[in-house]
This record gives sequence, structure tokens and C-alpha cells, in this order.
Amino acid sequence: MSTAVASARSNVTNLQRLVPNWAWMLIALAVALLYPYILDQLLAEPDDLLDASIQTLAYIIMALGLNIVVGFAGLLDLGYVAFFAIGAFVMGWLGSQQFPDVAGGKGIHILTPSQSAFGSDVPGIHVNFFLVIFIAALFTALWGVILGAPTLRLRGDYLAIVTLAFGEIVPRIFENATSGIFGIGSIDFSNGRQGITPIDKINLPWTDEKFKYPLELKPVYFVGLAMVVLVIFFNRRLRDSRMGRAWIAVREDEVAAAAMGVNLVRTKLWAYALGAALGGFAGVFLATYNNTVNVDQFEFGFSVLILSMVIIGGMGNIWGVILGAVALSMFNRYGLKQLNGVPDQFGLDFDVTSINYGIFGFFLLVMMVLRPEGFIPSGRRKLELHGEVDETDHLGAESDHTLYDVREDR
Amino acid sequence: MEAASIPESPAASPRRPVGSILADNILWVLMALALLVYFVQDPEQTLDDVKTGLSNGTIWALIALGYTLVYGIIELINFAHGEVFMIGSFVTVSIWQTLGVTPDNSIVAILGSMLVGLVLAMLASGTLNVMIERVAYKPLRNAPKLAPLITAIGMSFILQNVGLLWRPQPDSSPDLIGSQKDYFTVFGVAIEHSDVFAVVVTAPLLIALLWFVGSTRYGKAMRATAQDPDAARLMGINVDRTISLTFLLGGLLAGAAGMIYALYNGTIQFNQGFTAGLIAFTAAVMGGIGNLKGAVVGGLIIGVIQSISDTHFGQVWTPAVVFAILILIMVFKPQGLFGEETREG
Repeated sequence: MSTAVASARSNVTNLQRLVPNWAWMLIALAVALLYPYILDQLLAEPDDLLDASIQTLAYIIMALGLNIVVGFAGLLDLGYVAFFAIGAFVMGWLGSQQFPDVAGGKGIHILTPSQSAFGSDVPGIHVNFFLVIFIAALFTALWGVILGAPTLRLRGDYLAIVTLAFGEIVPRIFENATSGIFGIGSIDFSNGRQGITPIDKINLPWTDEKFKYPLELKPVYFVGLAMVVLVIFFNRRLRDSRMGRAWIAVREDEVAAAAMGVNLVRTKLWAYALGAALGGFAGVFLATYNNTVNVDQFEFGFSVLILSMVIIGGMGNIWGVILGAVALSMFNRYGLKQLNGVPDQFGLDFDVTSINYGIFGFFLLVMMVLRPEGFIPSGRRKLELHGEVDETDHLGAESDHTLYDVREDR
Repeated sequence: MEAASIPESPAASPRRPVGSILADNILWVLMALALLVYFVQDPEQTLDDVKTGLSNGTIWALIALGYTLVYGIIELINFAHGEVFMIGSFVTVSIWQTLGVTPDNSIVAILGSMLVGLVLAMLASGTLNVMIERVAYKPLRNAPKLAPLITAIGMSFILQNVGLLWRPQPDSSPDLIGSQKDYFTVFGVAIEHSDVFAVVVTAPLLIALLWFVGSTRYGKAMRATAQDPDAARLMGINVDRTISLTFLLGGLLAGAAGMIYALYNGTIQFNQGFTAGLIAFTAAVMGGIGNLKGAVVGGLIIGVIQSISDTHFGQVWTPAVVFAILILIMVFKPQGLFGEETREG
């Protein structure tokens, strides 16, 4: 069996060599552009699948963002949901009627229609989506630095738990900030558990016409795709940049990297900031697409879902992470629904969709035990994980795994 | 707890010249001060909070012991431990529901069923914890430390969803002890049945555990493995079995905590383990992870912090307060209250 796998693998490699890298990207882009039309041709009801695909685009962006923190810089972040939450709330604040009293009830409008279809004023702050994504990215990047700064001295599992705690605190603060924050002021930031809804639809800056999702999904799909392409470009440039090499050096060996002149604080904070920025970027998109910003979305399971995408795809490898995000997100949004009838056939009464996180937990477990480097591993990490198989069986591992070593360095 | 103390505690950063013990322990000093201020303001309410906190804290202490035992021996945060506790609760309540025991039964029947519930919950949780170790952690002993943490998260989600399928809705436990009834009153503080019950069940377990780890052959093997697994193996200690034993002990205590929680709170639900796990982990870190007595003290302190936060900030903010404390301790005082030098430190 292993020879069959090996020959299949070499076939794939041969095929890869046949066509240059940029051509593969063009092909992928062409397929992605034609995808909604292909669905139209193949399916009678393409909207379900297209809806799942649009959500998937946002998940790809988030997985790539988390990949900067976990995959490139080697900082295990279990609280990524915080940045999704912050980004989504920025959209909620800048693109809804959450603050009806601004500008004397007339509202603030930047590149958005200032009057409703009936000619009346639209209260609240309304900034064009294409501005909000960048505002939110900046804002979440700032928060990435603020939340990242205290964790700089921690490593390994202590770092993971602290980020997890941040991921739990941020949504709690939003949930309770219905009358100022910590009792200061009296502005309602979040509507509590109800959440902010409706959220402005996307409109192109040069026209007042709003997109009509969920009735018409293709335009919003293309907006999401454009964002993904931008993020992939950004990620590839980052990975090959001076900063990207510094991240990998820090991941491999902090002490050695510092000795070689890498500024640890700046390197790590940039990883947090850029990873967080992508979370905010995608958060804005999901907020307007789902038409709501609700604290119930911001649970620990979400962080783990994104982390699963990164791990299952292959930490540190951009294409692997994209594959992981597409596979898990489509499975979550579309595949599981198709399986809902299965327990019934065994005489069990539950929906498969309700235990989706359990299924992802199972994937994580199996993946970590059987193939910890992910489906498409980055070359370096593969060596790391399989290089020391021959080492004698020893526990507690005071070994060379400095990358993951637990102790806070003080 | 001391929202006021949160912004100030960066002052405890070791970058400052650590001249005095006071500066080194500013986090604890501020907590104690806040407690004192609250006590002066409203002695009766504060005493009541402390009482509630201490009895509730016994549950966190039992769970925290599981974290600290496992971390002490293989330096792994057993993320699924909270879920083991949840399963313990579920087993207990299921047994009582099967037996059909109600508060109206005779005292013998109630005590008997409580004992049966306790023992079976402990056994179920203990076995489960050992199985988790076999499936999720043992294959990864030599892997980077990130790997078992991730399988632990996976395991935690699997168990949480098992709980979700088992009881999709919050369920109530039969109120066998009349938990809200007052037992007696000291200094104007009403001690309820549940408080007495929590302490009466927990205390012997804690003593038994301390005795086991401190004075038996197996305990000695555990301590040796915690100190240096390689050397322990050279001395003829079966390290794998010792680790299994550690997980068994942690699971037993979590099961007991599950049973106490069911009676103490009256309701159980599938996601109780996640929060409880994080709270208990905070307690374990607070006491100095790997330190058994520290975990108990940490659990009690966290209990008091929670009940005081409930009174003064409102219940909605309590989780945020506990997590903020977790962050503060992990960042500024990672060795905890009873700061021992850590193995690799």
C-alpha cells in the first residue's frame, strides 16, 4: 500500500513540476471565479452551497491570520475568537443604527446612502464596508498588540491558557457593555445578548445601490474572494519577508534568534498584530453577511475550529491552511447538514449539526496522533515532528523542543 | 475581588528591584486588603460571602487537585479534566434518577444512595480519566508539548458533546440534602446544609489523598516520577503505571467533585465542565501548579473571590474577573502562592 501511495505522490510531484507555480495559482483563481457559475449549471438549488462557500471565504482569511501567529511565529493562540469579535463589533458600530443619536439623529454617512428608499434620514453611523474592513483591521491589530504584550514572557501551554482567557473575557465584556463599559458612561455598545442587527449591506463606494444578499449571493461571493486573494498575496509576501524569516527563527529557537539579533518583542507583537488584523478583516465580512453581531457566536469552540483548520491543513503552510479551512468550513456549514438523517437510521434521535464541535474535536485528536504535521505540512515542521522518531523513549522531554517548551522564561 | 487591584498589579512586575517580600507578593496583599475593606464596610455580608466561597471552593479544590497532580507529573494541562468532572455529575444524577430516590425517602435510603452515587461517580470519572490518558496523551509522550495540549482540547470537545447528547437540557438533581436549609448560625452567618455537606465529603478525601501521595509506596513513586521520570525509571519504577495511577486519582477526585456539585448547585448541564475546568485550573496555578496543598488553598481562595465578585460586581462579571485573575497570575506570578522552583526553572 505504501508503494502505491508513494507512486501516487511522485505522480503529483511530476505534475507539479510540469506547470510552473504561478500557472497553478492562475488556474485556481479561474476556478474560484467561475465557481458560482459552475454551481448554477450543476445544481438546481445552488444557493445553499454558495452560502456555505461565502462563509468559507471568511474562514480562510481567519485561518490564514491564525496561521501567522501559530504557524509562522509558533505562538499557540487559543483566543482568536476575540479578534473576530472585535472586528465584528467595529462593523456593528460603524454600520448599523446602534448609535441612533449621533449628529442629532441624522446619522453620519461616509460613502453610503444617507436616505432610505422612502427618502427619510437614516440615523446611526454608516461607513462604507470597504472602509470599515481596513478600519477594523487597524483596530484589531491594535488590540492584538494590547492582548499580546502581557503574554510575551510566556511560552507553550501557559501562553495558550492566557490567550484562551483573553478570548473568554473579550466577548463577556461586549455582552455586559450595555450601559457603558465597567460602569463608565451609559452608551449601549452591544445590545447585550440580543446583539446588533441589522447590519448594513455592502455597497460599492461609487454607487448607492446595496447588495441584495441573501437573495443574490454572487456579488458578495466576489467581494469575499477578492478579500481572500488580497490576504493570500499579503501572507505570501509576509512569509518571505525579513519579518517572516524572523518569525520562523523565533519559532525554531527563541534564544538563538535573539542572539542573532532578532528583536523578540517586536517580532512577536507584529505576529499578534497582523494575525489579529486578519481576524478583524474577516469579522467585518461575516458581520455584514450574517446581518448580526451577536455574542453567542464568540465562543471558545470558534477559536478551536479555526485552530483545527490550521493544524489539519498543515501549520505554517499557506496552501495547507487554505485546504484545511475549506475542508472544515464546508464540512461544518454544508456537509454536516447532509448527515443529519444518519443517527435516525440507527434509531438515535439527534442532529449531527448539534455535535459539530465534538466531531472537530475528534478530528483534532486523530490528526494529532496520526499525522501531527497536517495534510500539507511545511517542510520545516515535517522535519521537526518526524526528525526525532529515533530518539530513545523518554518522558517529560527535557529535550531540544525548545519551541514548545513550557516554562515561562524568566 | 478587587477590580481596583487589577490595573495596579503590573507594579508586581519582577523588572522592579524586588527588595521586599511585600513588593513580591503585591497581588496577594491587594486581594487581602480588598477583602478587609469589604469586611469593614459590611461585615455580615462579607462573612456570608466568605462562607459561600469556602464551601463552593471545596469543589474547585477537588478539581484543581486533578490538574495539579497531572501537571506535576507530566507537565500537561489536562484540558479534558473539566469534562471528566461533568461526566461525574451526570453519572451521579443518572444513578439517583434510576434508583428513583427522592428527599422523602428514609434517611438510610438517602445516605445509601448518596454513597452509591459518590462511589460510582468516582469510579466512572477515574476510569474515564485513565482511558483519556491512554488514548490521547500516551501516544504523544515524545511529541512536542503542543501536541498533547491539542489532543486534550479535542478530547474535551468530544466529551462535552457526549454530555450534550446525554442531556441536551440542564437537568436538576434530586435535592437529597435539603441544600438550602439552614443548619446552624455563627456570627449571624447561616450555614446551610450544602455547605456542611461539601466540607464533610471533601475533607476526608483531601486527607486521604495527601496521605496517599505523602506516605505510601505508590505516592513515593509518583513524587519520584514527577521529579525526574528518567531517573525514576532507572530506579525500577513503572513510570507508565504511575502516570495512569495519577490520572486515576485525579479522576476519582473529579468524580467526587461532580457528585458534590450536583447536590450543591441542584442543576447540572453539559457545559458546566468547561467553566469549572478553567476556574479550577486558575486555582491550581494560584496555589503553584504541582503543589497539592497549594491547589486546595487556591480552590478556596478562588471560591471566595467568586462569591465576593458576585456580590460587588454582579454575577455577569464574575467569569471575567476570574479569567482576569488567571491572566494576572500566569503573567506576573507563574509560580503561584507557594512558589516552588519548577523542575526546569
